Amino acid sequence: MLIDYAKFAFNGIRNRKLRSWLTMIGIIIGITAVVSLISIGQGLKVAISSQFGDIGTDKLTVTASGGLGPPGTGVAKPLTKDNLEKIENVKGVKVAAGRLIGSAKVEYKDEGIFGNVASMPGGDGREIMESSFDLEAKKGRLLRDGDKRKVVLGDSIAGESMAFSGFEKKIDTGSKIMIEGEEFEVVGLLEKTGSFTVDALIFMEEDDLREVLDISNEEYNIIMIQVHPNADIKIVDEDIEKLLRKERDVKKGEEDFTVQTPQATIDQINSALFAVQLFVYIIAAISILVGGIGIMNTMFTSVLERTKDIGIMKSIGAKNSTIFTLFFIESGLIGSVGGIMGAVFGIAMATGLASVGRLLLGSELIRAEISIWLILGSIFGSFLLGTIFGVIPAIRASKLNPVDALRDAK
Amino acid sequence: MKKNIIELRNVWKTYRMGDVDVNALRGMNFDVKKGEFVAIMGPSGSGKSTAVNMVGCLDIPTKGEVFLDGKNIAHLHESELAQIRGRKIGFIFQTFNLIHTISAKENITLAMVFQGVPVDKRNKRAEELLNKVNLSHRINHRPTEMSGGERQRVAIARALANNPDVILADEPTGNLDSKTGKMIMDFLRKLNKEDGKTIIMVTHDESLAKYADKIAHLRDGIIIKES
Repeated sequence: MLIDYAKFAFNGIRNRKLRSWLTMIGIIIGITAVVSLISIGQGLKVAISSQFGDIGTDKLTVTASGGLGPPGTGVAKPLTKDNLEKIENVKGVKVAAGRLIGSAKVEYKDEGIFGNVASMPGGDGREIMESSFDLEAKKGRLLRDGDKRKVVLGDSIAGESMAFSGFEKKIDTGSKIMIEGEEFEVVGLLEKTGSFTVDALIFMEEDDLREVLDISNEEYNIIMIQVHPNADIKIVDEDIEKLLRKERDVKKGEEDFTVQTPQATIDQINSALFAVQLFVYIIAAISILVGGIGIMNTMFTSVLERTKDIGIMKSIGAKNSTIFTLFFIESGLIGSVGGIMGAVFGIAMATGLASVGRLLLGSELIRAEISIWLILGSIFGSFLLGTIFGVIPAIRASKLNPVDALRDAK
Repeated sequence: MKKNIIELRNVWKTYRMGDVDVNALRGMNFDVKKGEFVAIMGPSGSGKSTAVNMVGCLDIPTKGEVFLDGKNIAHLHESELAQIRGRKIGFIFQTFNLIHTISAKENITLAMVFQGVPVDKRNKRAEELLNKVNLSHRINHRPTEMSGGERQRVAIARALANNPDVILADEPTGNLDSKTGKMIMDFLRKLNKEDGKTIIMVTHDESLAKYADKIAHLRDGIIIKES
């Protein structure tokens, strides 16, 4: 019997095609937004976690000025060589390496860009860098101690990449590029790491970078620390903070530096992502609510329009509950169809946006993570929405007096 | 002596129109025997349709008793009334009252859907009934694609869907030309004589009254004459 009612309800929708479509648009937009944005957000989360997962949980990063602000902007009081040496002596620290990052004018043939240059620490520090950022040479080799005026290029710098951060011309190993007017030899091209910041870096030895960017011998932007396997990273973190407060003469709560664990960075990014997602959810919720009210409006119109039909059905034996069910199913159906279409558009939009993002940023970071539960949930949710907003019109339809309804002229 | 299938006992129906109470029926008493063909006649506003609505369980009296097949329906719940309407009564209206968005066959099967008749059974029954009213060729046509006479025949087929005892016809030929009207009346008479259906017909056309076994004249909500 329910199948018969569903068929009848479907027929009702089909006979009012235009209006049904217009009603569904609200739901479709809402669900499309929910599905696509959650999928992309989820994809970003997974990618970020996996990327930081590579760095490992045994590493700490100290930056001047705090937060995620670009290092090397010169605003904050930089970290010093002295800070680094003291940190090396903190209990539980296995290796500590200073890093410098800056932006520089880079030229190749007649093309010029502003690129990000990063220093490669010597000795043990080199290994932390290479393993943390997953650096591998696709062609040529990585930097090694004593490499003067030599660079290794990130994947999106060397051309042929769709990313906007690099050169249009392909740069091969052995080529000469100019950085701030100084000539460098490209000795290696890096494998794509998946992180668009790392892929857009030009690596050189620390001394070269100091010279080219005219940075004093004492300064560092970032200090990377690898903690001893047996040490508690939290305690090491606290000890380093204590030490730096003393060294840099700042009070607790007024630090001009930040010590971050990879987990803290992930949390920070996730909470930023969450804020964006929350905003999107609110917009989507409003859109869905408006869609629901649209369904209610359509159903009320439908009841008015079919008053006579309701009278006819009652005269041939339909109970109030039957009429209620018919209209209830119809509104649920409008919701579900809207939800299904929204889900399909959402999947298409998420994958579409993700591939555009990958092309533009040249990063594997942006990818849509589409969960079956999200899809099922949003379809079921829209069915629920349709039925909830269909209840009142359906009750009104069912309560119509058959004699009055039959008298309704149409 | 055949037993009464319908009995109205001192039935009152009062409608409230604005601030005034209007009595559509004022203590109407009326019996219909099983297998009878009864015509209810009277000027407009005399309460004919109200009386038929009572018999058809579409409405309940303000006061008084209505017995259908010995059962008092005056105090039944809405869903029980709907059950009775669906099983025991077939309606034929002046304006046909078919659902326009579905086919002739679907209009007929819908009446059976409400009674939970299985799909193959109701399809077969609908086809039989359409054949009976000579509309086998119009089975999948919508009412909007049919003439008045054809629509009324679909309505008759629908009225017969659940094989009811009583057919209520409210001005069944009112919207038809005289030739088509006669055809419909002949059909109703056939249903009465051959299938033994009890037929109650509302009309104000004297010429149709000749089809009936009994004519009840209604005025101001009571029967003033039975002939």
